[in-house]
Amino acid sequence: MTALPVSRRRALRIPVAWRRPAAIGGAVVLVLWVLLALVDPLLGLQDPLKQSVGDALHAPSGAHPFGTDELGRDVLSRTLWGVRASLPLAVALVAGSLLIGSVLGAVAGYLGGVVDEVIMRIADLVFAFPTIILAMVVAAALGPSLTNAVLALLVVSWPNYARVMRALVLGARNQEYVIAGRLLGAGPFTSLRRDVLPNVSAPMLVLAMLDFGNQILLLAGLSFLGLGAVPPTPEWGSMVADGVTQFSSWWLATFPGLAIFSVVVAFNLIGDSLRDALDPRTAGAVQGSSI
Amino acid sequence: MTARLSIEQATVTYRQAGRGLLTAVDAVDLEVGAGEVVGLVGESGCGKSTLARAVCGLEPLASGRILLEGEPVGRLGLRSRDPRLRRIQMVFQNPYASLNPRRRVGSQIEDGRRVAAGTALSVTELLESVGLDAAAAAKYPHEFSGGQRQRVAIARAMATGPDLLIGDEPIASLDASLQARVAALMRTVALEHGASLLFISHDLAVVRVIADRIAVMQSGRIVEQGPAEQVWSAPQHPYTRRLLAAIPIADGLGRLPTV
Amino acid sequence: MTGLDIRGLALTISGRRILDGVDVEVPSGQVTGLAGESGSGKTMTGLAVIGLQPAGAKVTGTVAYDDGETVVPDLLALRPGAMNRLRGRRIAMVFQDPTASLQPMLSIGTQLTDHMRHHLGLSRAAARARAIGLLERVRVPSPEAALKKYPHQFSGGQLQRIAIAIAIACDPKVLIADEPTTALDVTVQAGVLRLLRELTDDLGLAVLLVTHDLGVMSAVADTVAVMRNGVVVEHGSRYQVIREPRTAYARELVESLPHTPPPGVGEGDA
Repeated sequence: MTALPVSRRRALRIPVAWRRPAAIGGAVVLVLWVLLALVDPLLGLQDPLKQSVGDALHAPSGAHPFGTDELGRDVLSRTLWGVRASLPLAVALVAGSLLIGSVLGAVAGYLGGVVDEVIMRIADLVFAFPTIILAMVVAAALGPSLTNAVLALLVVSWPNYARVMRALVLGARNQEYVIAGRLLGAGPFTSLRRDVLPNVSAPMLVLAMLDFGNQILLLAGLSFLGLGAVPPTPEWGSMVADGVTQFSSWWLATFPGLAIFSVVVAFNLIGDSLRDALDPRTAGAVQGSSI
Repeated sequence: MTARLSIEQATVTYRQAGRGLLTAVDAVDLEVGAGEVVGLVGESGCGKSTLARAVCGLEPLASGRILLEGEPVGRLGLRSRDPRLRRIQMVFQNPYASLNPRRRVGSQIEDGRRVAAGTALSVTELLESVGLDAAAAAKYPHEFSGGQRQRVAIARAMATGPDLLIGDEPIASLDASLQARVAALMRTVALEHGASLLFISHDLAVVRVIADRIAVMQSGRIVEQGPAEQVWSAPQHPYTRRLLAAIPIADGLGRLPTV
Repeated sequence: MTGLDIRGLALTISGRRILDGVDVEVPSGQVTGLAGESGSGKTMTGLAVIGLQPAGAKVTGTVAYDDGETVVPDLLALRPGAMNRLRGRRIAMVFQDPTASLQPMLSIGTQLTDHMRHHLGLSRAAARARAIGLLERVRVPSPEAALKKYPHQFSGGQLQRIAIAIAIACDPKVLIADEPTTALDVTVQAGVLRLLRELTDDLGLAVLLVTHDLGVMSAVADTVAVMRNGVVVEHGSRYQVIREPRTAYARELVESLPHTPPPGVGEGDA
């Protein structure tokens, strides 16, 4: 590789990494959803909350391309409005549990000893309960609202991240470059931030991207139990949850389900590319060419 | 006069599950004087790397002492290392693992310069002293070959202006054609900057060329030490003789080494 | 001549030329050394000869095989099935790291006998008797007990001897040894080199020894080929290549070694 001036290489780095069809595809899907969320009111869709009992459970047709639900509401309109609740919540949930779990897991793995014991036993405590039941208890204690459902899910989902992070840090902390850093006088937090975390971020990122679907569905579970999105707010998870009880009306669960799917796939595609982009060993290489 | 590094009756033990205590380093005495190059030679599992780690404070001593300029070397715990002890630096065996793959070489050398606050050489000078050009600073470790990475690791260690440089098998993973060159480079660079060098290797042939004194280690003990030339040409201990006899010499004569 | 005859061996992986026309003769009863620095293509030569090049690699050239009974004009032209029958039976390999080349979950006995029973069609008892003989031959202590043990119960040197026993189990005619002593301690290496030389002489093996260590070359190789950037730059007798190298590169390699008189004697004659 030829040595480019520092500033120029940095400027090139992101665009080269993004020059992958997968990353572009993922980004396009996400941007579309964000745009939709912003322009929903301008699209002239039917009111997602307008009930019309006479039109209940109509199959997809010209008037209702995605059909109608059991209260006669337009599924297309509810799916498109649903992104306003689902997307930001999923992002907040994943980002939140990634942050909390990573910090606790990294500290536990790096410091070891009592700190490790305390953090990991608390994580075990959370693991000991079925996820949805514990989330229910927490959400019920806080009172039904989307914000509280998110808080409840944060409580139950950080240990996953902490576990993985701790294992990664345990593996990385004995690497020679980490020890070399310590010999040069780096304290534990400098060492963690400078030498350990950047080298374990890739698997964490992948884990987070894979977790999007899971989180949207967990949120749906809480909504289904009446502890999350308060009806009639359109939200993908609760729409899927409603839909699966109506076996004969496939369109109820299918369309919001596809919406969740598209977001999960988009995040995964972006996650893969982000991982490569963050790694100087692969940042300069376009997929398909060897390095 | 106190030696720069003195190891007095140092013992390191490991607890092995179900098999009791393993003594990796057994009452070792060794001194490294100012401006001296000492080669520590032995085969795998003899405890030479454990001893190197102990000198860096990475292994707790079961008994004995390790002194730098007469002051004890403490264990490196969770706190950042005692600034006095940062004057002991190590070059590791695997040049592919001893540099952080995510950081530019220049900034990793900067970490070393910070230790020598004010008196440090510039990154360019350091890189040039190990035979790399200044442009190397902007690159990432993966852009270098193994030998070049080891040079970077030496530059990083030398950036601190160390009193004692330790090489823990620093040439073992390099091509044969580079081994002697990199070993000689470590000697030159260390001595030019007033550091002593403790060079650990399994390769007596290379150590002989760069060391003033050689210590031979077997099963945790030092079985023989003396001036390099003497250990090479008039070995006293049977183990040293075996080691020497086993070295295949590239003389083109097809002589099989003795077992 | 019996043995292997490698002619114009070239190998390309996704447009990058790794080998660029390698010519080496590997005669029976001799150790042919392949020296070079990392990236010179010496390991890839060994792999390509027995059809173990990485997936997607394009190989051209010819490798003629002749052991006096079987004659194959070009190994590279063989179909995978035919190559498989030849590999392990007539052509064997020993790798650098015996802890990685032996299966950790199977006993030494199983690893030694399975492959004999497959290639030679021996009965269980016959294979076992032969295995004990092989372990004696490579001087693994108490062979009967060793058959029941697992790889982790042996030292690196013993494991490499076992790997060699497995390699010679089916009376191969060609042995490809890729850095067989690089991972071993020097005192252990000495023993393995002696064993390698002895087997070459006794069994008439054609050995292709890949190593970066010219000291090892000098000890066991009869001829030495020096590789650089995918081509053999010099090939000659051990003495000639090491003491009177003709090319600048070979001279550079030799001169990069530490200048040491033989151990145990004073400075002076070398």
